[in-house]
This record gives sequence, structure tokens and C-alpha cells, in this order.
Amino acid sequence: MRRRIIRPTLLHLLLALGAASMILPFLWMVSTSLKPEAEIFRYPPVWMPRAWRWSNYSEAMQAAPFGRYFLNTLIYATVVTVSNLLFCSMAAYAFARLRFPGRNALFILVLGTMMVPGQVTMVPVFILLKRWPLMGGNDLLGLGGHGLLNSYMGLALPAAVGAFGIFLLRQFFMTLPRELEDAARIDGCSEAGIYWRIILPLSKPALATLGIFTFTAAWNEFLWPLLITSQDSMRTLQLGLQVFQTQYATRWDLLMAGTVVVTIPVLILFLLGQRYFTRGIALSGMKG
Amino acid sequence: MARAEGTAARREARTAYLFLSPGLALFLAFVFIPVVAAFYLSFCRYDIIHSPDWIGLKNYARIGQDLANRGVFFLSLRNTAQYAIGTIPVGMTLALALALLVNAGLRGISLYRTTYYLPVVTSLVAVSMVWMWLYDPGYGLLNYGLELISRAASAVAGREVVIPPQTWLGDPGQAMAAIVAMSIWKGLGYNMVIYLAGLQGIPNHLYEAAIIDGATPWQRFWAITWPLLKPTTAFILVVSVIGASQVFAQVYVMTNGGPNNATTTIVHQIFQNAFSFMKMGYASAMAFVLFGIIFVLSLVNLRLLRGGDVEYV
Repeated sequence: MRRRIIRPTLLHLLLALGAASMILPFLWMVSTSLKPEAEIFRYPPVWMPRAWRWSNYSEAMQAAPFGRYFLNTLIYATVVTVSNLLFCSMAAYAFARLRFPGRNALFILVLGTMMVPGQVTMVPVFILLKRWPLMGGNDLLGLGGHGLLNSYMGLALPAAVGAFGIFLLRQFFMTLPRELEDAARIDGCSEAGIYWRIILPLSKPALATLGIFTFTAAWNEFLWPLLITSQDSMRTLQLGLQVFQTQYATRWDLLMAGTVVVTIPVLILFLLGQRYFTRGIALSGMKG
Repeated sequence: MARAEGTAARREARTAYLFLSPGLALFLAFVFIPVVAAFYLSFCRYDIIHSPDWIGLKNYARIGQDLANRGVFFLSLRNTAQYAIGTIPVGMTLALALALLVNAGLRGISLYRTTYYLPVVTSLVAVSMVWMWLYDPGYGLLNYGLELISRAASAVAGREVVIPPQTWLGDPGQAMAAIVAMSIWKGLGYNMVIYLAGLQGIPNHLYEAAIIDGATPWQRFWAITWPLLKPTTAFILVVSVIGASQVFAQVYVMTNGGPNNATTTIVHQIFQNAFSFMKMGYASAMAFVLFGIIFVLSLVNLRLLRGGDVEYV
């Protein structure tokens, strides 16, 4: 009888200890973001600021054009998400449901792209975007201007489709019953109609999973925006955080305020769409 | 009839290619052609302003020289290996332990799962910034924690025990360990959730049978859980090795490779050579070395873990 109480309590204690270490850095971030500068450099540290200094947030947001960064990030993440949902689902439909010569070879080729580290293609993709003909002041040969550098197109295009998304949706499409499609085919529905009116509506959970994954990844992306944007007006939030770190000192109060602002949108998205995160992991990891 | 079937099949194939065309066009433009181009560039001197200049194997020879002289690229390889060895075994063991705890049939599982997953969805840049503040040598929370520990230890031991404050990211001997600790913290929830999914796929009746046979929890783990989790472990290992080989953002934000190149990594070197020193040919050669490493390690991992797949029915 005693064991039945002691064991769960012990387990809960262990798990809670771990959970505390997960939460603590976040609490410290919020706490720092609300402190006046004098309290930040107090030793021993204080957890609760004596007077909450909300003006850190407005000051942080004015240190750089954060409104613009926010808009840029939102546009970039939205375009990448929508294009992934569309292009991945189209390709996945072909791989899951249609018969055509070269299907297996093409599918292996697509999966093979997951093996290629982004760093291998980084330099040529950068050059390709810079020399994109007839864009950003370029002539037909891609000379004279900056091409797609510093543009939403340049940010989003290389990430507009992904092997992971195609794989995930194909796995899901294959689990759907075929009866509905067969009935629609007998009624004379086209393949495009079946994809749009039957497969996509039935696949809302899988599409939500892919959408949330893609949006979060794009929102948090660092290396690619760092390469492709040099103008301040095209930078994203993740890059914007660097304005608080100068060579001489770091404004921890403002940096933490900025970090809170950058983090909150994905945290909200995660809390709302939690079950899609775990389902996505189950779908991608287990059936491989 | 046969002809009608032929046209139907042809129509189906045409539709398929139509559906595939946007995706394949993007892969062609942003993966396949760039891979070939990068391979070509790795045999060139190229600074993006002048056109590429074919120099044969010189870039690869330079990498060989660097390795022989223990140069910066050698250091980046060593550091990346340290990062992988530091993060993967500890991270996976912790993740499995947590998953087992969470899966032990307690109440409030979803709350723990959510909490452990929070660092996963937060961006690496944001997390790196917060941890830089935690690691701050003067006012950081970690050094304060060390002080609290020394005080508690002094009280217990009855004499002065002092753990001095650490420099963390500023110390060449500690910087990589500091980055490793943060990265384990960030990735724990992801691996835990995958392990949980794997654990939930193990049928309960196996455990029931083992209990009837009088197997201890320890025996049950090694006879049932561990062998049946092998595909999950293989998946996490492959993904972790690939991820660790490409570690970059936390290094770039927290130390920019310093102090004294103690934390520079392969991708950090590729990035610096390509976009700071404009040595895009040399950077491409490094990228192919990285590609080769990832390819070989993935094959080895899969081979190691594929042998002896277990299935209990």
C-alpha cells in the first residue's frame, strides 16, 4: 500500500524537477525584460522586479524597425507555409495515388534531397538568386542588379517545397480509404477534382501538422535570412535581435524584451496546435 | 478496350507529372543543379565578383594541408565532433529516461510533455540569447547557482567549500561544454516525444506476460522495451548525428567561433569562408567534406542499428 503512494510521488518529483529546469530560463527571460537596468546588475539576483518596467518593451521595439521585421517574418513564414502545403500535397497525391513511369525512382530522388545538407547548396543558390534574370535590376543575363537578394521571393523560393512535407502527406494519403475516390471517378470526376474536393478535405489534420511545422521552422529560421537580406527593411525578427548586442555591451533588459516578443507568436501557435506537433512526429518518425 | 486502357493510363501519367511539376521544378532549381554547381565550384577559385577560375584539386589539397597542420578547419572538425559526442549520448539517454517516466502511467502527462517541448519550438537564436545571459560571468544565474551550492556544501561539510565563479563562454576550455549543455536542454523535448511515440507502440500484453513470469522492471526494460525501441533509437540517432554535424546558429550567436577558435564548427567555417572571406570555392570543398561525413555516418548508423530487428507477436 505504501509503495503505491511513494513511487508516483517520487516520479512526479523527478519530472517536476526536470520541468522546472525547462521553465526557469524562460522565467528569467521575462523577469529580466521587466527590470530597470540597476536591478539587472544586482547581486544576488532578484527574481521579481520591484517596479515592473514595461517601457523596456517600447524602448526595445524602437531600437530597430521591429514592426517591419515582424511584417517581413510574417510574410516570409506565411508564403513558405502556403506554398509547402500546396506543392507538397500535389506531389504527395501523385506519389500516393497515381500510376506513372518512374514513380519509384522519382520518389527516391525526392527523399534523397533530405540527405543533402543545406550548406552544400548555399553558395550556388545565393548566386542563382543574385543573378535571377530580369529581377531586381538584372538584365537578361542576370547582371547589373541584385536579383532576388533582399526580396520576399528570394527568402521564400528555396524553401517553397520540402521532401519532409511530401513524405509526411504521402504517408497520410495512403491511409485514406479509396472508396470515395472510386465513386467520384465513376461519376466522372477528374483527378484534379478528386485531389481538391476529396483528398484535401479529408487530410485537414495532416495539413495542419505540416502547416504548423513549416510556419514554426520559417519563423525561427536564421541562416538563410542572414545570407539573403542585407537591407534593414528586409530583415527578419531573428536577425533583428542582434541590434542589442554591440561590441562593447549588451543591453540585457532590451534584448530579453525583444526575445520575449519574438518568441511569443510561436509559443501561442504551439499551445493552440500541440496535438498536431505530436501527431506529426508520430507520422514522420514511426512509419519510416 | 485495351486501347481505351492505354489512353487512360497515359492520361493518368500526364496528370501525375502535372501534379509533380511545381515541386520537381523547385528541387531542380534549388537542390539538384546547385549540388552540381557546388561540386564544380569546389574545384575553382571563386569570389563572386570575378568569374570562377578552375584550379583543380587545390581546394581539397588545402583542406588536407590544414588537417595535417592542425589548422582552423581541423579545429572545426574536432569541435564539431566534441559537440556531437557531448550532445548525442547524454541527450538521448535523458530523453529515453524522461519518456519512460512520462509513460509510467502517471497523471498530468500532457503537462510535462508540453513543458519539455517549449524549448523545442523556441528559436535557436532566442534560446542562445537567453543562455548567454544565464552564462554571464558577472551577473549570470548559473554562477549565482554555483555560489548557492557552495554555501549549502559549506553548511553540510562544516567548513568553507568554495566553487569559484566560472567564465563559461569566455573560457576556451569551457565554451564548447557550455554550448553543448544548452543544446541538450533545447533538444530534449523533441527526442522525448519521439521516444514516447515509440513506447506507446509497444503492446501492453508483453509486459503483462513478463510480470507473470516474474521479470523485474530492469529485466523487462532490457528484454522488451530496449529491443522494440530499436527503430526509434535508430531514427533519433541518425537525425541527431545529421543535426550535430550542421551545428551553427548557437555558435554564431553565442561565441562566433571563439574564444580562440575553441567553438568554431564545420558550418561556421563554411559560412565564414564563403561570406566573410569570399572564398566560395574553398567553402564549397569544405561543404562536400561535410556531405561525405554525413553520408558515411548515416550509413554506419543505419547498418549498426538495423542488424537484429526484433519483433514479438
